[in-house]
Amino acid sequence: MVLTGAEIVIRCLQEEKVDYVFGYPGGAVLFIYDALFQQEKVRHVLVRHEQAAIHAADAYARSTESVGVALVTSGPGATNAVTGIATAYCDSIPMVIISGQVPTAAIGQDAFQEVDTVGITRPCVKHNFLVKDVADIASTIKKAFHLAKTGRPGPVLVDIPKDVSAQRAEYHYPKSVEMRSYNPVVKGHQGQIKKALKLLLEAKRPMIYTGGGVILSDAAKPLTKLVRKLGMPITNTLMGLGGYPATDKQYLGMPGMHGTYEANMSMHFSDVLLAIGARFDDRVIGDPNHFAAEPRKIIHIDIDPSSISKRVKVDVPIVGDVKDVLEELIRLLDENTQKQDTDALATWWKQIDEWRSRDCMKYKNSDEIIKPQYVIEKLWEVTGGEAFITSDVGQHQMWAAQYYKFDKPRRWLNSGGLGTMGVGMPYAMGAQLAHPDAQVACVTGEASIQMNIQELSTCKQFRLPIKICNLNNRYLGMVRQWQELFHGGRYAESYMDSLPDFAKLAESYGHIGIRVDRPGDVEGALREAFSRKKDLVFLDFQIDQTENVYPMVQGGKGLTEMILSAEDL
Amino acid sequence: MRHVIALLIENESGALSRVSGLFSARGYNIESLTVAPTEDASLSRMTIVTTGSDDIIEQITKQLNKLVDVVKVVDISESAHIERELMLIKVRATGKDREEMKRMADIFRGRIIDATDSSYVIELTGNQTKLDSFIGAIDTTLILETVRSGIVGIGRGDRILKL
Repeated sequence: MVLTGAEIVIRCLQEEKVDYVFGYPGGAVLFIYDALFQQEKVRHVLVRHEQAAIHAADAYARSTESVGVALVTSGPGATNAVTGIATAYCDSIPMVIISGQVPTAAIGQDAFQEVDTVGITRPCVKHNFLVKDVADIASTIKKAFHLAKTGRPGPVLVDIPKDVSAQRAEYHYPKSVEMRSYNPVVKGHQGQIKKALKLLLEAKRPMIYTGGGVILSDAAKPLTKLVRKLGMPITNTLMGLGGYPATDKQYLGMPGMHGTYEANMSMHFSDVLLAIGARFDDRVIGDPNHFAAEPRKIIHIDIDPSSISKRVKVDVPIVGDVKDVLEELIRLLDENTQKQDTDALATWWKQIDEWRSRDCMKYKNSDEIIKPQYVIEKLWEVTGGEAFITSDVGQHQMWAAQYYKFDKPRRWLNSGGLGTMGVGMPYAMGAQLAHPDAQVACVTGEASIQMNIQELSTCKQFRLPIKICNLNNRYLGMVRQWQELFHGGRYAESYMDSLPDFAKLAESYGHIGIRVDRPGDVEGALREAFSRKKDLVFLDFQIDQTENVYPMVQGGKGLTEMILSAEDL
Repeated sequence: MRHVIALLIENESGALSRVSGLFSARGYNIESLTVAPTEDASLSRMTIVTTGSDDIIEQITKQLNKLVDVVKVVDISESAHIERELMLIKVRATGKDREEMKRMADIFRGRIIDATDSSYVIELTGNQTKLDSFIGAIDTTLILETVRSGIVGIGRGDRILKL
């Protein structure tokens, strides 16, 4: 069958069972939009800014097991997309981005809306392609999807010049992909897995630390099974929340810069640390030298060999798909005859419970002024812990991560690696489209939300009943917190002046806006919002301006050097 | 430590910038980098000379392997190997310097591949040290122009880097 390049693109998306493409049209992609218009299988979501298209497609992928797809035009379309692509790259999210390019003959001529998209995106994609021959479109898109979702996932960009999308070629979608240069290891090495199990069973102070890799590999079930069998303490990183049920007693809370006292102390003083799909990020272990100073054996399971021994030296590396390796560990554990050191484990739990009794997450609530932690606690109650929660970046992100107890994977969507302000609302859009009947809330702040506020319009057009919980403290809260603690209280440009009336702003887009000033009204407002199943509700909580996120490990400090509360200062 | 990394990469446009971009983005050193297609035109072979601690070299090879276009990576300096570099050097060759320059070229087993009445172009191959020694041995004020190819390297004996 002979089709145009544009038709081939759409046929490929159909073959990949793509439900939604998030995008924004422009000159270089007109043929592709024309082909999109003439079919009904792949639906298009018109955003108001390309950055939001990438974020929404990214969230679609994060909240499901599928690949997110976005479509943007050349030049500014592509450059607007870059922040979104980098965000997905840093969190290893499977995505395919199709960008239009100026016609082949115009490439390099400084044509209108021309940029070197492949060059600009190279450092923030897993891979990218410039398709110069219409006959290569189908095989390239097949490769793009294959690369995006296998191995360590990531965004893949396919740049298609306008003339290529207009030319015709015989259409054939390959069934499989063979790439001699790309063969990610899936199965873990048997000998290494056995070694790991032996170490774990001998451990006196074991600790399990898991990250986004558990979510990406859909390994929450085998992880939970293994951790329960072993009876060991576990912590989930910011990217790994929901990998293990947060309400379970073996769960110690999140580790790291704003992690719990018990999680950080257990990480640091463990004698065997099992890291799964995590990467010893600077926000998780603090100063790597301080961390390495305490002797312990580290087992590290990861699909990406370059993640292993990158920041800390690993004793037992296991390269492989997390789910695969965990299932193998469970199988070996069931066959195992070696006795676990349960006495030592009981002593270790006693120590952990002592750390736990510090109750590091307590905060002083108030009848006068809304505390952000209280809003998140109520959000958790009102949604029964079942909602998809997206966040932007800053204090509100940390409070959401700390106080919303995620029991399931893929329910927590945030920009963990790049820390991109403005992801919150587009993430909620993508999650809501993927799960039309689910409760979706965006926890944000008055600064972050303004970075993609235009998407209120998209939400109206596509009737997305997301609930926006704006923790409004009239400050770039996290910046203000660092300035208060480390810059002598000189609040350089961290205030947010001349704010809009968010409730009215939401109303002007045709949504419902509610301003909440008093703690007593928080729960009622949340219940009201979630009872409106068809409406987007913008809750503008006026919160305590001086509240800080604790516990805190200052950047560059050791993991155990925690400030637990304002009283510690 | 100095390491010589050899790799096979799909011979596609942009392949070189993926490798050089990786080095600059992650702050790794490149002392020299050479690239050309192999007997199989779909594959290019690169030789990269770099320096770094063992940990850094381990990361470099892992990160190179992670590039989708890279087919194989070997640190050939880990075992017996041969390194060669080509240098073309244009020198002033007049009066008594003319005979002296010819003599030096002979000693280093170089060849004069272009001669005018006032200059020679000498072709010299060898490892880095040999080329450095040649430059050190002649009167540097006579050097008009130097071009060096960067190192190419290959493992000795049975050590073969092929698909």
